[in-house]
Formats: sequence, C-alpha cells, structure tokens
Amino acid sequence: MQRAVARIAHEITERNKGARDVVLIGVLTRGVHLAERLADRIDSIEGTRPPTGALDIGLYRDDIGMRDPVALAPTKVPNIDGKIVVLVDDVLYTGRSSRAALDALIDLGRPKAVQLAVLIDRGHRELPIRADYVGKNVPTGRNEEVRVKIAELDGEDGVELGRVDETAEEAAR
Amino acid sequence: MIRHLLSIKDLDPEGIERVLATAATFQADGPRIMRKYPTLRGKTVVNLFYEASTRTRTSFELAAKRLSADVVNFSVSGSAVEKGESLKDTAQTIEAMGVDAIVIRHSSSGAPNRLAGWVSASVINAGDGMHEHPTQALLDLYTIRQHFGSFSGLRVAIVGDIAHSRVARSNVWGLQMMGADVTLVGPPTLLPPRVEGWGVETTADIEAVLPKADVVYLLRMQLERGTGATVPTLREYSRLWGLDAARATLLKDEALIMHPGPMNRGVEITADAAELPRSVITDQVANGVAVRMALLYLMLGGRDAREEVPVE
Amino acid sequence: MSKAVVFRGARVVDPASGRDETADVRIEGEQITDIGKISTNHAEEIDCAGLILAPGFVDLHAHLREPGREDAETVATGTRAAARGGYTAVCAMANTDPVADSAAIVEQVVALGRAAGLADVYPVGAISVGLQGEQLAELGEMATSSARVNFFSDDGKCVQSAGLMRRALEYARAFDAVIANHAEEGALASGGHMNEGEVSSILGIAGIPAEAEEVILARDLALAKLTGARLHVPHVSTAGTVELIRAAKARGVRVTAEATPHHLALTDDLVSGYDPVYKVAPPLRTRDDVDAVRKGLADGTIDCVATDHAPHPPEDKEREFDLAPCGMLNLETALGVVVTELLDPGLLGWLRLIEAMSTAPARARGLDGHGGPIAPGTPANLVVFDPATAWIVEPEKLASKSKNTPFAGRTLKGKVVHTMLRGRFTVREGSDADGQR
Repeated sequence: MQRAVARIAHEITERNKGARDVVLIGVLTRGVHLAERLADRIDSIEGTRPPTGALDIGLYRDDIGMRDPVALAPTKVPNIDGKIVVLVDDVLYTGRSSRAALDALIDLGRPKAVQLAVLIDRGHRELPIRADYVGKNVPTGRNEEVRVKIAELDGEDGVELGRVDETAEEAAR
Repeated sequence: MIRHLLSIKDLDPEGIERVLATAATFQADGPRIMRKYPTLRGKTVVNLFYEASTRTRTSFELAAKRLSADVVNFSVSGSAVEKGESLKDTAQTIEAMGVDAIVIRHSSSGAPNRLAGWVSASVINAGDGMHEHPTQALLDLYTIRQHFGSFSGLRVAIVGDIAHSRVARSNVWGLQMMGADVTLVGPPTLLPPRVEGWGVETTADIEAVLPKADVVYLLRMQLERGTGATVPTLREYSRLWGLDAARATLLKDEALIMHPGPMNRGVEITADAAELPRSVITDQVANGVAVRMALLYLMLGGRDAREEVPVE
Repeated sequence: MSKAVVFRGARVVDPASGRDETADVRIEGEQITDIGKISTNHAEEIDCAGLILAPGFVDLHAHLREPGREDAETVATGTRAAARGGYTAVCAMANTDPVADSAAIVEQVVALGRAAGLADVYPVGAISVGLQGEQLAELGEMATSSARVNFFSDDGKCVQSAGLMRRALEYARAFDAVIANHAEEGALASGGHMNEGEVSSILGIAGIPAEAEEVILARDLALAKLTGARLHVPHVSTAGTVELIRAAKARGVRVTAEATPHHLALTDDLVSGYDPVYKVAPPLRTRDDVDAVRKGLADGTIDCVATDHAPHPPEDKEREFDLAPCGMLNLETALGVVVTELLDPGLLGWLRLIEAMSTAPARARGLDGHGGPIAPGTPANLVVFDPATAWIVEPEKLASKSKNTPFAGRTLKGKVVHTMLRGRFTVREGSDADGQR
C-alpha cells in the first residue's frame, strides 16, 4: 500500500506540475485516511502539504429509498473554487459512489478540475467514470468483495478479497 | 428507523443518539450555515397545522427544502376543527395525493396518534395539545449535548407550567432516557396530576434548585391553554418563579438557560436574563433545522414506508 | 290463540322467588301458566338442557337517541339490540332532541317502543327544562301522562345547583318518583375528557378527578336524607362513590345505585391509543376503582347493572379524542361482560347476577311484570341463555345502528338463546324474531 500511495503522489505532482492549487478530498471513510497519507507524501516530495478535506456522500447516493439510511459523518472541505481537486477513494467499482462524490463536490464550489485517485480499481463499471490514478487494478467477480484495511482504522494496512453471496451483495449495493 | 414520531418514546436512546449525530453532520460547516442536498428529491412533506406556529412550521419547511423534498403547507384555522372537514377526511384527502410524510400540529392531544392510524405516510408530531412535542425535545437534547457532550448525571430544572406543556412532557421522557436527572419547579397548580409517576423530583422553590442545575429550562406560560386560573397573577408568578438576571447569578458558571419560545418576556424570563451569554435560546432555534433535517433523512431516506401495510 | 310453549329442563334462576333449580316452564298466551315437572300437552317443546332461564333483563339506563339522533340509534334498533342482549324492559334516557321534558315527548317514546314491539320502553323524564339545570321540568305532567314516568334524570348533564336538586327531590315525592343525578361537579370536571390520574397525566389529556363524582354524590345523599326522597345513583365509577353509597344505605337513606358493564370491566389505560371508543362519562377509572365497583355490585351496595348504552355514529367517534362524544354500546354485550368479568372469577353467583340484571332494576323503578317472579299468572318476560358458550364481539354484527363497542374482539361467555316478551319471542334460537310463536 505504501508503494501505491507513493506512486500516486508522484503521479499527482507530475501531472499537475507540482502541488500548487491541488486539494485532496477523501471520500468517507477510508478515502479520508488515504488523502491524508497522500498529502504527507506530497509534502515530502514538494515541501508543501496540499490542503485536505473529508467528503460524506450519504446524502447524494442514488439508492436512497432502496435501503436503510446510511449513517452520515461530517463533511469538512476547504475552499475548492479554482482548485484542482483530487477525489480520493479506496475502491472504484460501479462508479456510483464517485458520481455521488462529484455531485457533492460541485455543491461545495467550482473547482478548476476534478481528478480521481483510487487505491483499488476492481472493474465492473456501471457509469462512464474512469480513475486518473490507480494504485492497483484487481480483476474481481461480482460475487466477490474487496475490503481495504487502513492502519488508522483497522489496525493494519492491507487488501482482503472475499466471497459474498448474491443477496448480501445486492443488499450492500 | 421509526415509521412515525408521535412521542419521544417512539425512539430509544440509540435512536435519539442517531438523530443527534446525524444533525451534527449538517452543522459541520458551522451552526448557521446550511447547505442544500438532493437527498429527498421526489418526496413530499405536508405541513398540516391546525394551530398557528410560524417558527415550528418554518423550521420543518426549511429542513425539508434543504433536503430537496417538496413541501406543501396545509393550514387549518382553529374554528374549522370544530365544524369543518374532519381530521380523518382531511387525512385521507392528503393521503390520496400521495405524500410521504405528514407533519402535524394540533390542539388535541393524540391527534397525531389518530392520524397515524388512518394514513400510510409517516406522521411526525409537531406538537399536540398538552401531549408531546418530540422534535422540540430532540433539538433541546442536541443543544444540551453541544455544551456538555453527554447527558449522564446532568441536572435539568424545568420551570413553570408543566401540567399544560407538551414541551415538558417530551423533554422529561427524553432527558430521562438519556440519563439526565430532571427536577420540575413550580407551584403545585402547575404540576401535572399524579406527578409521582413521572420519576422526577418536584419543588416549588426555584432558588434552592438553581445552584445545583446544569440547565434551567423555562416554560412558556401558556395563557391560551388554561394557565390563567392556576396562578393568582402573572406578576406574582414572575416574582416567585420567573428568571431575571439577579436570580440567574445563583446558577453555576457553566449552566445553560433554555426556553422553547416564543418567550413571554417579563413573565417567565426577563429580557436581561434571556440575553445572558449562558442563554442558548437562539441556538435552540438554529439547531431545530438541523435536527429536523436529520429526522427527515432518517425517516424518509430509507425504503419507501408507503409500501408497508399501515398498522391500525 | 297461539300454541303453548314449554321450556324443558332449564336451570331456572329467579331471585324474586328464590328459585334456582332445574324445571320446566309453560307459557300460554302472554303468561306463564305452569312451572315444575310438566308434560308437553299440546305444547311446543323447547329443549333447554344446560341453559339458564331467568326473568328478562331490565335496563334502567339506555340512550335510544330517538327523537333527534336517528342516525345513531332508533327505538326500533335500540330495542332490537336490547332483545338480543336478553332485555325485556329498557329505560330510555331523556337527552333526546327535543329533550324528553314534557308529556308529549315521553308519550311519543312509549309509542315508538310499542310499535317496535321488541322490549317495553319506559321513558326517563328530564329533571330540568331542556336539561339546562335551571328550571324544574313538568315532572307531574310526565308522571300523570299515559307514559306514567316515575324516574327522572338529566343524564349526560349533572344538576349543578344544590337548590334545584333539593326541589327536584322534594317535588318527586308527590309522585313517589326517583331522581337520578349524573354526578359530576362542573368546575372540577371542566375541560376533562378522561379519568384524572397517572394515565391522563402522561397522555396530556385534561382529567376528571374521581372527586368530581364524589362531591356531588355526597351533596345529593345529604339532600336525599333531608327530603326523604328516593335517589338513584347512575353509573357508579369510583371506589369513593361505592363507599359513600354503602354508608348512606347504612344510615337508611333511600338510595339505589347502578354500575355499567364498562365500569365493571375496563380501566383508563385503554385510552392510551387516544381512541374515543373508550371515551365515556363518567370516564373509565383505575383498577382499584373497578375492583371496588365489582365488590359493591357483588355485595348489593350497588343494586344493579345498567348499560348506559350510548350509540354514536362512526363519524362522531372517529376523530380527535377531546372532540369526540362520550358513550359506549352495551345492550348486546352486558350479560357476556358480567358473566365473564364477575361470575366466572367467582365474585358473584347466578342468583345475584340475575338479581342485578333484572329483579333489582325492576324493583328500583317499580316495573310490574318485569324482574320476576317466574310464577303462574305472571307475564312471560323471560330470557334463556347459554352460560358457557364463548363468543367473540364483532361490531359489524351488532343490531345497534352504531358500532362503538369497547368490547370489540373480546371473547365473552354467556350468550342469549331466547328472549320472550309477554309470551312472544323477540329472539329465538339466537336469531331475531318478531313476536312469532
């Protein structure tokens, strides 16, 4: 994971010619910790630490009314007007979360550009969304589950692959 | 989450905590900055108000609109309750229009309970007679938690016309559920009958209570609900049980002054006491929108309640 | 001449003669002609093995709503309900529209009862003009009319004025009439909609304290003693009221009292759902009150069971609790409630039960021909019921025009099989009958 974070940090600074105007916004919950790690990494590369934020997408999901309401967490986002916002998430799957994150972000301001960084891209997109930065592509089946573990939350870093039965999968979406 | 909120007792401590935590997320950018979310697009909330109440209606309306629900205000004047269309007929008319939630304010205790038996929409009690005002209690709990972090062991003194007060009832049950100790303060004519069953302390001596209280909650003297005959004069009430700045000096440094509004300044609270730094009366109003947003999100953001069979 | 009928092998319970034994009862024409072990000579035989035969029930207190609220009940539908409940005599309360405060109205009510032919209807006259509690109604006109009214009440409203109450009691003595006052002190009860107690306190419904009933009753008992008149206490609802009556009877005050099935069976916690089907005046009280009223009925402090049958159409009851009217249906369920709630638990036996349902109320109002005795030469006003069969109360199956029974869905024991009014069946084999033989 360390290497993936380091590589993404380099790619972000390369592509944006440094880290000026870059804001790292993590999608709650694990994306926030990844954004913080990326910011630390960019700090060590560039000598400046880009501002970070936390974005809760619960109120923007497209499955409201189809399952019990998800718990919400506070959104804390610095000024993003005219900035290059890098949305950070742990897993890119159907693309629906990223769609919700884009909508939530647009409600908060008008960034110059929005880029997407994910630790794992597991495929099976249902929307026309592509990540700008990918830690690792992991081919998966629909009946599989990808869990990213973050030391800050889970006690250790890592990625777990598991099988889920179809009904649980359906409920989880 | 619950289908109807008729009483604060419809929630358990976990449910209350969930509402308060969700409300806090709406105030992450500051208590008075409130953004708009697309969450409840396509949902319709009807404000069915049989009693005039600009503040509660506006608070619910803002909350629903901030979540992109459509809001219809349906006001019925007091006289129409007696001779106009019955509540049941009105309920069925509204129901036929396909609404998701009905927020009801009514002068009859239990009117929301009746309504809930007649419609498949969610019913939210916005104050019924002398029964309950659960969303007021939730925003009061939220305001108290903002300052103290938790409720356990807090001493809350509720002062005034408890007998006629729906705010008092919801707050007493809510505070007890969350672990606070409640003392009711006022002359026995303003205490509810058989108050022994409420599990609270009661006293007529406000000055003995203030030094121990973490929160002093002043109730409105509700002249329209028959408070009139319960004290000789408002002047005497004010002198014996009202809060003025001098009496407020008896409070602990960190103690809060609360009031559900609208205030009868000079009766239960003087202007100088209401404007003390420890008074959180305007915070209560600001918090009302966030708490009602949280409630609407949790009650309407889940599976379509209308698909369930109504329980008679 | 219709054919004679023999009820064969019933348990005959007749408090007036003290009889409680298995016997046959022969009816010819309008009268009982024989009782004992009798042969079926030229008579239709009706097997009554396992059933109880008793004098037809007498209700001192029913609201038949006619004239004025025929949407709620009529004399015809109300007496149909009465017949199904085993009643042969029903007293119709005065709070009709117009109020039964004149000879014309009480005679009209009697005529309506005769036309229906399902129970003898005895009007209760109003104490005050228009039930207003101000001026004495023409008690004498009503007493000497063809309706022969000897029982007066402003029921639904309490005579608040002690002066008027005294005059009513005094004046009624001229006709040996009974004054029944709905005991509820206006200022104490003001704005109340249920029993004042722990439940009302939590529900936020303004309460009516037990004392609102007791202070008026204490006053009325003093006035009854002062005047020597006959006082009847309708719908006793509190433990304090039972005590007051017990003490007054011991002092020799001429007082009788009634209890309703709901005050014998139901408590105020039922109001918790705010359903006005549980709204009644006086209100449902606490468990302690119910226990005291039961005990009072069992030991005779309370003379009789009266229904306070009070029909209200659905649109009046299906609304906010405080805006709905008071009242409950009872005529068809009274026997079942008393058997299930009092007899089954052993609080009273069959003789006392029949006395409370029939003999005592007939005596309280002096209704000849009702309440027994079951003896040759007396009118055949009888009920035959199955004491053991359980049945479920289904509002839509009730005969009353209204459906506001608080016992909906309850299982009751004690079901009427036959009701006979002066030798003619009003209910036969559990079905409505219109006087056929």
